[in-house]
Amino acid sequence: MSTKDKVIAIIAEQAVLDPSNVTMDSTLEDLGIDSLGLVESIFSIEEAFDISVPFNANDPQASDFDISTVASIVAGIERLQAEQS
Amino acid sequence: MKRVVITGAGTINALGHDVPSTLAAMRAGVCGIGALELRDVERLSIQIGGQVRGFEAEGRYNRQQMSLYDRFTQFTLAAAKEAIDQSGLTFSGELAAKSGVVLGTAGGGVSTWDDNYRSVYEDGKNRVHPFVVPKLMNNAAASHVSMEHNLKGPSFTVSTACASSNHAMAQAFSMVRSGMAPAMVTGGSESMLCFGGVKAWEGLRVMSRDACRPFSANRNGMVQGEGAGVFVFEEFEHARARGADILCEIAGFAMSSDASDIVMPSKNGASRAMSGALADAGINRDEVGYINAHGTGTAANDKTECAAVADVFGPHADKLMISSTKSMHGHLIGGTGAVELLACIMALRDGVIAPTIGYEEPDPECALDVVPNEAREARIKVAISNAFAFGGMNAVLALRAT
Repeated sequence: MSTKDKVIAIIAEQAVLDPSNVTMDSTLEDLGIDSLGLVESIFSIEEAFDISVPFNANDPQASDFDISTVASIVAGIERLQAEQS
Repeated sequence: MKRVVITGAGTINALGHDVPSTLAAMRAGVCGIGALELRDVERLSIQIGGQVRGFEAEGRYNRQQMSLYDRFTQFTLAAAKEAIDQSGLTFSGELAAKSGVVLGTAGGGVSTWDDNYRSVYEDGKNRVHPFVVPKLMNNAAASHVSMEHNLKGPSFTVSTACASSNHAMAQAFSMVRSGMAPAMVTGGSESMLCFGGVKAWEGLRVMSRDACRPFSANRNGMVQGEGAGVFVFEEFEHARARGADILCEIAGFAMSSDASDIVMPSKNGASRAMSGALADAGINRDEVGYINAHGTGTAANDKTECAAVADVFGPHADKLMISSTKSMHGHLIGGTGAVELLACIMALRDGVIAPTIGYEEPDPECALDVVPNEAREARIKVAISNAFAFGGMNAVLALRAT
């Protein structure tokens, strides 16, 4: 499974949606994922890709891991994989 | 209904091993938060906390006691001794039969769980010490205080996460106010600064890696602390008859439940607890001079708490002072309300308002007088102490100068 497909699967599960309803342009907010859901999604991503995502729920925008859309999350994961491998 | 006063106070926390040193540190705006020293700390992503340093259990407690006292019990016993010594009470006869101990803790013997899980899971051992259960149970501290001081009345432990101590003290207060008990030993303690205790909090992604900066726009989370606060609550006439030194009066309390979210705070629940405490105490909102805030330093708590204060106090919200001493001693979770009550006592008795240290940038969502960075002298008559727990369970105490 590609990084994109894995991320879509994780986000879809969190949002209780079919993966076909999650696109690269979807934002977590659009999908109804709240702050707790976001923390859980980050955890699932860390486990799935064996990376550590710098993320503080007090200031989600502070880290350079961009969570604004599915596409930005995929890009962030690829960058962290390169840095942390 | 009886009036209830505080005639003894004791503590141990990152700022000091007793009340005078803790109040001196609060007055000076000392930060007790620093690098954690504990096993496997290098595997933690959060490596700071308000740790109690230089507390040697060896020497204080004998070998048999050590095998029964988790660190949270050790802290409790030290604080209880200081409080009861100060009160001058000796519990015997009818007083002993009716007086009890109600304490708060969220986790109880967390390091006992941690050490013994490590032993059986990581080290592969198949045997644990016979006293693991009596050492880790949440009521162990209350039980040992009852045994040590001959308290034979109503005694139990309250566990409501970060509001545990305030709920416990509210119970003790009710018992004395109703006439059920002439005196109660109450407060709370916590000792979660072990690998598992910090790792669990890390998971929630709400912890700061560098400092606890309540109400500051650049705040980035909470910092754990540890320790205990214990008080003697006594019926006023009982205290007066024996000429006891009265620290302040507990005038009322309220508890509320948000009934909404397991971690996100609610302005409505917090407001109802504060206004309820004032109503219970018969205090007008413009009498309140100081609020010891829950003030965790998280984005969510601080703005919600400030909004709730604005709702409850109206224009008076801009005149009162509100500070969070968690910036100095960290968040003692189930013990936090007890240690923070000391700041209220200092405000009422000594006329010194403890500061919110680490305050760097004003936040328009926390636009109250948060007593930034430096203690302030002010004569006040009434203080309230807030505790708002995960699970949406809130408890607020109202205190009056005597």
